[in-house]
Amino acid sequence: MTSAAPPRGVIERAPPPLAETVGLSPAEHAAIAAGLGRAPNAVEIRCFGVLWSEHCAYKHSRQVLRRLPSTGPGVLQGPGENAGVVAIGGGWAVVFKMESHNHPSAVDPYNGAATGVGGIIRDVLAMGARPIALLDSLRFGPLTDARTRRLLAGVVGGIAGYGNSIGVPTVGGELAVDPAYRDNPLVNVACLGLVRVEDIARARADPPGAVLLYAGARTGRDGIGGAAFASDVLDKAAEQEDRSAVQIGDPFAGKCLIEATLEALGTGRVLGLQDMGAGGLACAAAEMAGRAGRGVTLDLDRVPRRERGMPPHEVLLSESQERMLLVVLPEGASPLASVYRRRGLDAEVVGRVTSDGRFTVRSGGAIVADVPVTLLTQAPARRTAARRPVPPPRAADESGADGPAPDAGEVLLQLLATPEVASKAAIYEQYDHMVQVRTAVRPGRDAAVLRLPEAPPLGLALAADGNGRWCAVDPYGGAAASVLEAAANLACVGAEPVAMTDCLNFARPEDPEVFWTFAQAVEGLADAARALGVPVVGGNVSFYNEGPAGHILPTPVVAMVGVIPHLGEDGHPPEESAPIVLIGEPAGALGGSLYAREVWDRARRTCHRPDLEGAPRTLACVRQAVRRRLLALAHDVSDGGVAVAVAETCLALNRGATIILPEASGDMVLFGEGGTRFIGVVAPERLFDLEALAREHAVPLAQIGHLEGRRLRIRASGRAAVDLSLRRLRRAWTSLSREDL
Amino acid sequence: MAAAHHGRRGVPVIWGVVTFPGSNCDRDCVHVLREVLGQPVRAVWYEERSLEGLDAIVLPGGFSYGDYLRAGAIAATAPVMRGVRDAAARGVPVLGICNGFQILAEAGLLPGALLRNRNMRFVCRDTWVRVETTRTPFTRGLVAGSVLRMPVAHAEGRYTAAPGMLRRLAEGAQVVFRYCDAAGRVRPEANPNGAAAAIAGICNPAGNVVGLMPHPERSAESLLGSADGRLLFTSVLPAVVVG
Repeated sequence: MTSAAPPRGVIERAPPPLAETVGLSPAEHAAIAAGLGRAPNAVEIRCFGVLWSEHCAYKHSRQVLRRLPSTGPGVLQGPGENAGVVAIGGGWAVVFKMESHNHPSAVDPYNGAATGVGGIIRDVLAMGARPIALLDSLRFGPLTDARTRRLLAGVVGGIAGYGNSIGVPTVGGELAVDPAYRDNPLVNVACLGLVRVEDIARARADPPGAVLLYAGARTGRDGIGGAAFASDVLDKAAEQEDRSAVQIGDPFAGKCLIEATLEALGTGRVLGLQDMGAGGLACAAAEMAGRAGRGVTLDLDRVPRRERGMPPHEVLLSESQERMLLVVLPEGASPLASVYRRRGLDAEVVGRVTSDGRFTVRSGGAIVADVPVTLLTQAPARRTAARRPVPPPRAADESGADGPAPDAGEVLLQLLATPEVASKAAIYEQYDHMVQVRTAVRPGRDAAVLRLPEAPPLGLALAADGNGRWCAVDPYGGAAASVLEAAANLACVGAEPVAMTDCLNFARPEDPEVFWTFAQAVEGLADAARALGVPVVGGNVSFYNEGPAGHILPTPVVAMVGVIPHLGEDGHPPEESAPIVLIGEPAGALGGSLYAREVWDRARRTCHRPDLEGAPRTLACVRQAVRRRLLALAHDVSDGGVAVAVAETCLALNRGATIILPEASGDMVLFGEGGTRFIGVVAPERLFDLEALAREHAVPLAQIGHLEGRRLRIRASGRAAVDLSLRRLRRAWTSLSREDL
Repeated sequence: MAAAHHGRRGVPVIWGVVTFPGSNCDRDCVHVLREVLGQPVRAVWYEERSLEGLDAIVLPGGFSYGDYLRAGAIAATAPVMRGVRDAAARGVPVLGICNGFQILAEAGLLPGALLRNRNMRFVCRDTWVRVETTRTPFTRGLVAGSVLRMPVAHAEGRYTAAPGMLRRLAEGAQVVFRYCDAAGRVRPEANPNGAAAAIAGICNPAGNVVGLMPHPERSAESLLGSADGRLLFTSVLPAVVVG
């Protein structure tokens, strides 16, 4: 098919309301008609609706996303492919991507989360990599609400059900709560893969004459229009009505698909491949053709189907899970198809690559769609207004006294029991976090560490961080702080960050205040990434996160991967009376803190802006101290401030401590957040070396106490602020009950 | 890397690791046997019918056939199980780990069944098990009563059998491992799934077929937290009669 003539066999003329129901604006519909030189038919409109959705086209966000630094010496693939790729040495590279599955998880928590895992795994697989780890970053309403607990249990069950079965360990993550997430929880999953540099695959449909091999599960009616669904606001009825937009996962098929695809890639016959995920067959074929500057023809009659009577647009746009589209030379199709069939999967040639630059679809002998690939894959950017929100008038009680200061010990117990700080064992013990025998540091620490048997003694560290509380008060500072915190988590295990990816969760971008917040957050991410020299190799934008009660907190989440050049075993546990030090600028504020939420019941506007100049020095100092074993244990100060970080250190070591904090105003010194700071436990004979290292990096270091007995005692501002037994700390910290989850 | 261990007559022990569709610990077992212990390993595809020439066989963990129907139920009917049965009858050491244990139970090569965990959820964490008998090829190199740290990762690991069978298992020295605390005491809180009589692993009457829920291959290198599981594999080496 080389002609640009109007397609024959047009099924119906699409009335304008169809364009509207698939999410196209009148201007977009006009642009499509102008590009085609005629009115698009119904099948074409539906394809545009999906490919021009925010989810596929980033039409609101891409101008802003250009601010993110995406290049660096190790970057082999930046944004634009299915996942970023970074060299880690020894001829190996990591593939890295994070994605949201927020709306599906709100409607059907188990399947929504499960298919989120499946999709991100196949994005990594599409780069030729074996998926080796998952991270999950979750946000929900307060867990006191029974419906929220049910949602959380469903999401955790879905991640476990899929991830455990396919044999990819879930090694870390985070959990935060806020009433703003009650109707629209956030389920962000990151996947890491490992590939030989020479084996990196691309999602390109080239050369002309090559065929498109459909491989995997059959196509059904599930997930029709899922990408468009993700690009709209959830309303009250969504929970009932939108279930057909949620895909159903089959992890067994997913596992077979991974193994078959890795075997197929090993034959050297695969020229390009992509997951048929969001936007289904249409999106995979069009995007691969678009990247290569080619065209494709598809024959829908050859698509393996699970049910009869599916009209062309359903076959094109179905988001049925566990399907890949491969580009192979004609003579390679049969041997590759047998690789899949041997594992019980379908494999059929469903189209071919052309040189005409058109996306042509046949069904039942007729041409049902025929549009230029470039028109389909290059949605015009939507101009979006940005307006700084007008801060609400300062409440009278916000500047003045807060009444009597609450008991610091009680506050500490309260903070330890928050979902943000409390032990997540009830969650991560439901995930297989050890399969693939790589997990050297298990969930529950600052960062997970994987050893690489393929390239010893290399290790990889992973962390995911976000802070909606802080971003709600200061999107720039909160986003930058998330980057610094991820890097701090990596420093605690001696890892140097090599790449990050992001998942940007916001409300509707048409709201100028939301868009301003989004742009500010991206600016914060970009500046922090530049300050650390860490490229952003990919990302995901999730807009329209809001429910009947309002917007979610602006929540950029970052996942970061770091390299440990010589991974070794942990040293000896520190002995009684080992010194405890605070490393980093003694900065912090209570605005946007966990303390503000728990004690004052509101965020404050006074936040500490991250110190992008000083943080890299502190991070380098701690990283080297850990590598040189000057620190027996390092832990970054984040949610709940120094007091919580010290308590967590005690719980990790199962030891008490005596701490004396310097004079400062009120609870700020105990519970203030912000700044790149660490609690370290030092072997006494290494304290001198550690102090020298800190001086070398011009990083403040103060001894604030030592390990002692079975109680945590903290003196602050000259008085005994905390005196609690380890047992009481542990009881508060293990508040997330297994029965609830 | 460890030097290759050899069988009684100086001939290397040849291990077979079976991959069913949905197995996901097969590569881990191959890694430990080949890279950590320096053993020759043959990867066995589930469609193979003969396992001639193998000196020891491992059925690894995972979700064979997606655990559809019941964990291990479909794999128990796979073609390779004929070869496993024949080898077991010849006295070849056979080790079923996690899903492999479930498959051996479903195939009738081991008595009893593995039910859904008492709390109905998947559980992944370290456990301690006490060695109850050293008469199997996988515990021959261990000390009775000693304690091993190995992780579990399963949703269906609650061992159960009829009361008479549980008694016969105990009397016939067929209980190989029991969940215990770090000091070797069998305590309810040390039992991760509610297994009857705290049973973590059993063997057939002859002792050559062993199934257990904990993962020895995940605890075979100290970098991963424990090297105790390695002893199950090294126990086999001098025990195998080659030829």
